[in-house]
Amino acid sequence: MPHRRDFLLAGGAALAASLAALAGPALAQKPKAAKTARPKPRTPAIYTIGMKDMVFAPIPTGLHVGDTIEWFNDDFLQHSATAKDKSFDYTIRPNTRVKMVLTKTGDIPFACRYHPGMKGVLSVGP
Amino acid sequence: MMKSIGLAIAALLVAGGAEAQAPKPPTDAQIAHIAYTAGNIDIAAGKQAIAKSKNKAVLDFAKEMVRDHQAVNDKALALVKKLNVTPDDNETSQALKKDADAKLAEYAKLDGAAFDKAYLNNEVAYHKTVNGALSSTLIPNAQNAELKSLLQTGLKLFTEHQHHAEHAAMELK
Repeated sequence: MPHRRDFLLAGGAALAASLAALAGPALAQKPKAAKTARPKPRTPAIYTIGMKDMVFAPIPTGLHVGDTIEWFNDDFLQHSATAKDKSFDYTIRPNTRVKMVLTKTGDIPFACRYHPGMKGVLSVGP
Repeated sequence: MMKSIGLAIAALLVAGGAEAQAPKPPTDAQIAHIAYTAGNIDIAAGKQAIAKSKNKAVLDFAKEMVRDHQAVNDKALALVKKLNVTPDDNETSQALKKDADAKLAEYAKLDGAAFDKAYLNNEVAYHKTVNGALSSTLIPNAQNAELKSLLQTGLKLFTEHQHHAEHAAMELK
């Protein structure tokens, strides 16, 4: 004849198994949820901004920190890409390219140091 | 000097003198010569400023003038060679050169701040006159599309030079 203690032990084991079954999926979902919430690393993009006939080509949109801007002087005159806040300043000879990596967010107005009528704004997101 | 340059450019339009019934527009060969001569004049003025001035802003401006005008003239030379056009000397080019030589001699006698001021003020006036001639005479009369395009780029560039000279002249005061 089963002892009362055996019933209690058996009941306790069943309860523990049920709790484990309930808790199992919940515990398993936690790391899964954290994994899907993490943003996928973005591959930095490379953009070219040309200079020709005394104007900068249209400035690309959707720029992010880590992206590369390649300034290309397609003119026969020497130009520069100079940030108003002095965060960058490149002299660019005719038919040459200069690369720079975007390191800060925000709107960065720039111009040609020699021909200030040539200007634009880089709008950089995180 | 600027009045005489303006008159010289106007005279080109009535080439043929009293016998002319209507203003005679300059040919592409004459336009190329005038543009090239105007560039050389500013290169010579810039070189004189580099030799005489000690003011950083004036020196920077003068170096920019020499570099830019040389680049435009190199481009113009390459273009006339490609088009097989021989630039045609004319009264306007000769008047420009004569007046520029007189200015160089006059400024050679100046030094220091007096030279800087005279040089920059003349650069403002000279670019204004050349830009006026480009807008009203040279660009409208250029027949070849490549020559016209180069003159249009020149006008954009020289307008920048004019503004730069005005700014630099103002900073001196």
